[in-house]
Amino acid sequence: MMWYDRMLSVDRRWIYLILAVAVIVTLVLPVRIPVSISGEVRAVYDFVDQMRDGEIMHLAIEYDPSTMAELHPMAESVMRKVFEQNGRLIMSSLSQFGPAMADEMIQRIAREYGKRSGIDYVFLGYKPYPAITILAMGTDYRVPFPIDYYGADVDTLPIMSGIRNFDDIRGVVALCGGNAADMWITYGNAKYGMPLALGITGVMAADYYQYLQAGQIFGLIPGIKGAAELEELTGRPGEGARGIPYQTASHAVILVFIVLTNIAFFAKRSAERRAGALH
Amino acid sequence: MEAPSFWPLFWGGIASVVTLGIFSFLYRDNVVYKFIERLWVGITTGYWTMLLFHTSFQDKVWTPIFLQGKFWYILPTVLGILMWFRLSKRYGYLARYALAFYIGISTGIYIPLAIKASVLYQLHGAVRGIDATVSGLMFTLALIALICSLSYFFFAREHRGVLGVTSKVGIYTLMIGFGAGFGMTVMGRVALLGHRVTFLFDYGNQLVRAMF
Amino acid sequence: MKKQIPIYLVFVCGIIMVAQFFIPHEYSAILFTNANDFVIVIGILALPVGIYSLMKSTVEKARRQPKERLYSLTTIIAFVVMVIAGLDREWFTSPTSLSSRLFNYVLVPAQATLFSMLAFYIASAAYRAFRARTVLAGILLVTAFVIMLRLIPLPGPLAEANNALVRWILEVPNMAAKRAILIGVALGGITYSTKILLGIERSYMGGD
Repeated sequence: MMWYDRMLSVDRRWIYLILAVAVIVTLVLPVRIPVSISGEVRAVYDFVDQMRDGEIMHLAIEYDPSTMAELHPMAESVMRKVFEQNGRLIMSSLSQFGPAMADEMIQRIAREYGKRSGIDYVFLGYKPYPAITILAMGTDYRVPFPIDYYGADVDTLPIMSGIRNFDDIRGVVALCGGNAADMWITYGNAKYGMPLALGITGVMAADYYQYLQAGQIFGLIPGIKGAAELEELTGRPGEGARGIPYQTASHAVILVFIVLTNIAFFAKRSAERRAGALH
Repeated sequence: MEAPSFWPLFWGGIASVVTLGIFSFLYRDNVVYKFIERLWVGITTGYWTMLLFHTSFQDKVWTPIFLQGKFWYILPTVLGILMWFRLSKRYGYLARYALAFYIGISTGIYIPLAIKASVLYQLHGAVRGIDATVSGLMFTLALIALICSLSYFFFAREHRGVLGVTSKVGIYTLMIGFGAGFGMTVMGRVALLGHRVTFLFDYGNQLVRAMF
Repeated sequence: MKKQIPIYLVFVCGIIMVAQFFIPHEYSAILFTNANDFVIVIGILALPVGIYSLMKSTVEKARRQPKERLYSLTTIIAFVVMVIAGLDREWFTSPTSLSSRLFNYVLVPAQATLFSMLAFYIASAAYRAFRARTVLAGILLVTAFVIMLRLIPLPGPLAEANNALVRWILEVPNMAAKRAILIGVALGGITYSTKILLGIERSYMGGD
């Protein structure tokens, strides 16, 4: 067996092992890698940074545990920044396995800042069919959410006094792990025109620049790198910044894999062509 | 730093076993993985059932009708219950009436919004940035690339002549788009892995601190 | 009758909602709000059908396939435990209840880990399949390479050049490609929805 055949038929479990080792090494030997700040993340930061005292923003937590690695750091950064600005939050979680995960984070951060449910923030909870729920919130929050996640009548909550729909809030930052991002653009921004920013996973990141350019969203936080950029701007490095070293190591490993496999592939193709020419 | 107490360690241990059990599939399919996967299916279904019950059924059906006297909610409730007849071979057609309302309303809302958000705004965005600057030049390039990419999907005519050239440029543009998508996807997938490894690493540290 | 009335209903409801979009009157807004409210309730009550179907097929599997019995029983028991643990709203939302513990220490790690395995698969795919067999594959490969390089700390001028190239790729050709796909998919979706509205497309109704 030629060297290129051996390379091209490596057992996939060796590949898994090399990748796992690369990630583990960066945890054992922590290193800080600075990130450059992009305009689309800065736009989200500036939007929150310019919130006035008591102003209300909607933070939509539309992801579940399968994408929390990338989106949870963004949610924590935004929540902390809003509370530091003395702003207030309306939060929803329209992803079917997200509410309990969102609730854990909300309660932890609210306790940290001494913020009270119903006064400084409200967690509306979950309803199925995000498209219809977003449309309904745009007419009146009370249509899909007459009662909040904890069972309180929304009309009795001080934070909701004078707040009917998206027209009465500063804007929406939607952190989405799936097609909820498209729902917010189509059924939220296109219908009601409120300012909308998205935080999305790396898998989705390349698919939303056309909305940014068209002005349908004013900001975009793409994946774990975007989360790290936001943490850099807020001055609180967290899981996002912690993720960059193993991203670097894994990317380096995968780039080496791509180079090696192509070297072997071209070597084999060249050998086969030479063998074909001889015969 | 204070050593962690028993219950956080216990539950963290459960989470670690679940994590390692799922990872064991990478070596090969096994009993532990299958067991944890089926456990996960049961827990997710149970969780979603109770989530729907408390936040949707109680808040939007039970409370309005039986506690607040909003009897007009009975009509959509009856329509919703009609959907259950889908499970019946004999009376399954009744579900179609409820489905018709749902599909009709949803479709009627979707069509104008999709035209606005996905076509009109996008076409406006494609042409609005064109002027005599470097940025304007880039927008012009993007517009040409857009037209070429759209021409690739035009199958009413054979891709020859001018259409052949534009569709070729279009497919090259699409390949750049897919390459960009792949590059970003790697970041997304690795983030999920790093998060789990970080969790196991942190739990290991906690365990060592508790034991020594 | 069994198929005709639903088709007429779809058409009437759909046309009303399309017309509503263009009518900026108070009554139009009231109609829109109430239609949304209706659909939310119908949707909520439709979902238990899916849950019932899943549990029914699991119970059937437990009865008919001895090899799968233990696994199916695991699913059923986990489901029952989770339902009982979350019966009261206080139990369901309290962070220290059994329901929350099972969510945070079984559901979250299991789901997160299942999806994290994709990282291994993508590495394996990058090694075993990501080859520049053709010019098009080569373009895809080079673009992915450039995008992935931005997470590697390169020396100063090289990093700046790579960042600028990545920015250009994302904001020009990638944006154009994704915009074309978006417009194409949207036009397809709008066409399909129009066919549903007009009764040409009836697959959503199922068989007789």
